[in-house]
Amino acid sequence: MPVIVQVEKCSGCETCLDSCPFDAIEFKDGKAYINEYCNACMSCLAGCPEGAIIETEKSVQRSAFSNQLKDYKDVMVFAEQKDGKVVSVSYELLGVGRRLSDELGANLLAALFGAGEPEAQELIRWGADKVLLCSDSALEQFNDDPYSEVLAKIINEYKPSIVLAGATPVGRSFIPRVAARLRTGLTADCTSLEIDKETKNLLQVRPAFGGNIMATILCPDYRPQMATVRPRVMKKGEYHADRTGEIININIGNAVSRTRVLDFIKEVSGVSVNLHEADIIVAGGRGIGGEKGYKMLEELAEALGGAVGASRAAVDEGWIPYSHQVGQTGKTVNPKVYFACGISGAVQHLVGMQSSDIIIAINKNPEAPIFNVATYGIVGDMFEIIPLLTRKIREVKNL
Amino acid sequence: MNIIVCIKQVPDTAEIRINPETNTLMREGVPSIINPFDLHAIEAAIQIREQHGGKVVVLTMGPPQAETSLREAISMGADEAVLLSDRAFAGSDTWATSYTLAQAIKKLGADIVFCGKQAIDGDTAQVGPETAEFLNIPHISYIRKIEEVKDDYIKVERLMDEGYDIVESTLPVLLTVVRELNQPRMPSLKGKMAAKKAEIKKMGMADIEADENSLGLKGSPTQVKNIFAPEVKAERKIIEGTPDEQVDILIKELKEIRCL
Ligand SMILES: Cc1cc2nc3c(=O)[nH]c(=O)nc-3n(C[C@H](O)[C@H](O)[C@H](O)COP(=O)(O)OP(=O)(O)OC[C@H]3O[C@@H](n4cnc5c(N)ncnc54)[C@H](O)[C@@H]3O)c2cc1C
Repeated sequence: MPVIVQVEKCSGCETCLDSCPFDAIEFKDGKAYINEYCNACMSCLAGCPEGAIIETEKSVQRSAFSNQLKDYKDVMVFAEQKDGKVVSVSYELLGVGRRLSDELGANLLAALFGAGEPEAQELIRWGADKVLLCSDSALEQFNDDPYSEVLAKIINEYKPSIVLAGATPVGRSFIPRVAARLRTGLTADCTSLEIDKETKNLLQVRPAFGGNIMATILCPDYRPQMATVRPRVMKKGEYHADRTGEIININIGNAVSRTRVLDFIKEVSGVSVNLHEADIIVAGGRGIGGEKGYKMLEELAEALGGAVGASRAAVDEGWIPYSHQVGQTGKTVNPKVYFACGISGAVQHLVGMQSSDIIIAINKNPEAPIFNVATYGIVGDMFEIIPLLTRKIREVKNL
Repeated sequence: MNIIVCIKQVPDTAEIRINPETNTLMREGVPSIINPFDLHAIEAAIQIREQHGGKVVVLTMGPPQAETSLREAISMGADEAVLLSDRAFAGSDTWATSYTLAQAIKKLGADIVFCGKQAIDGDTAQVGPETAEFLNIPHISYIRKIEEVKDDYIKVERLMDEGYDIVESTLPVLLTVVRELNQPRMPSLKGKMAAKKAEIKKMGMADIEADENSLGLKGSPTQVKNIFAPEVKAERKIIEGTPDEQVDILIKELKEIRCL
């Protein structure tokens, strides 16, 4: 087991039982015992008042790989494109990537597939030193097989120490394949990435358990250290129109794919669903009560020039389409202003929106957890408040 | 059609909190459940079997207690259940979990492998695609609809940011599913009887011919260094008054921050 109980120190107090999220602690003959359920999350270490629970020696057999770790130096960003245009999470990754590579004294590389030189130049202006450009038309549209093949090949050749990608439907789909193939670790949905001053390893912080806890993840013995980051979690870096860098053209052989995208169908909806780009989001939860409530939110969003969001409760009820969902299983947003209307504020929702600059909560229940993260709270009936607010905003704006 | 559904037994995370003083999890009385996305995967597998014949095998890697989740899957209509359990598997990250599942799937054989989109505890959504890579088969993530299934072909809808893709693949394939796919059925009486009697097949390290250095904590490239409570910013400012007054104050604040 990764964690063991020093039996002589265990007092049998059972305090540790509660600290384990996996039911991995059992009591036998009055002493704690760690079973197969252990996920090595280490939460029980602090849970024992006697300090009887300790981590076992880190596996003696380090990766066969450990003497090659030093060959891996640079930071690489996978720059995702859609319809030939780089998507904004890629610029956010270049922002973090620039900071990390400066700290390491290394180069910042960007891998760009299925786009052209103008887009590659743009990546340089956003901070990349070198762009590994594969403009083959076979990569214009995303398919897991060729994307995995080409990225794994580039990583093997350029040996970056860190690889960052967006936690988008594309990144979340093929980056795990690349990590599996390269026999290395991948940390999902990071909210903070820092270099450990002593070891120079990447400290990757991410939420788990539906946002109820945060964990720091390390990948000390394998390279590259791979991480995904959700859109809008990191800030873009600095744009310098006169920055120069190198574009290296990568040729791929015959790109084969066992899957094929036949068509993309855009889901239409009254107001903008582009939650990532919106400055103002008006979101509704179970409190909106039905499609009529949704109409009311649309009107407020329209008056403000914003987009409509939803909590999972409102989506599960079928009142608002999934593409509007904000939260752990939906989108992460950080608009300037977020209206949470009739949203109770379950952590799963909060993780998706709590970095918004200003949060305005409207809810009947004064105890609703949403008020804990709200900049402004209104306890009241949204069916009274929102139409009034919409009317007054229209007046102010002369709409 | 041989269908394998990978299911994970998870704590019901909606009920888990962290004690901000001690940074330990408080999980008293939190029930263990089948990962909610995996219920949709089980349902999808049963529907395919109903149309095309074959069998549905549920597979989980976990401690002996995970058997209850396997029996629950049988009560929904799965035909067989396999429990991958060995002390050597403890502490697996997604790499080692996927390697272990793939070794078992190779032994069992499958035309379609189903996974949930993500597990609600680890929350990585990585095990599906990584398992497909170890099996050297294609995968399609975030399936919201299955349009067509043939002996060596499948056509599905994949959820994307602002709509969906229509994707086709050869078989064998691994699919990860989202909630929109279907409504999982409730266990039937007959299912419950079957679940009681069903024999759970157990497999350990030797049965799947795994490389010991790729298993459990030893085989896992990532390590959890520590865990802590998420910070919440508490600048709560409650706007009081009649609805009219509340809205007026709000408008004033919105003007101040130049939102109006
Ligand atoms: C706090 C914390 C943070 C973690 N962060 C990371 C991380 O960033 N990177 C990393 O590699 N590991 C991480 N782990 C380890 C990871 O949670 C475990 O490896 C876990 O067994 C599988 O990952 P998941 O829960 O994210 O599953 P997901 O990848 O989200 O699960 C997707 C699907 O895979 C199938 N599946 C998953 N696990 C099993 C199983 N045991 N048996 C059968 N089917 C299964 C199910 O169909 C499930 O719906 C973390 C663990 C903890 C405690």
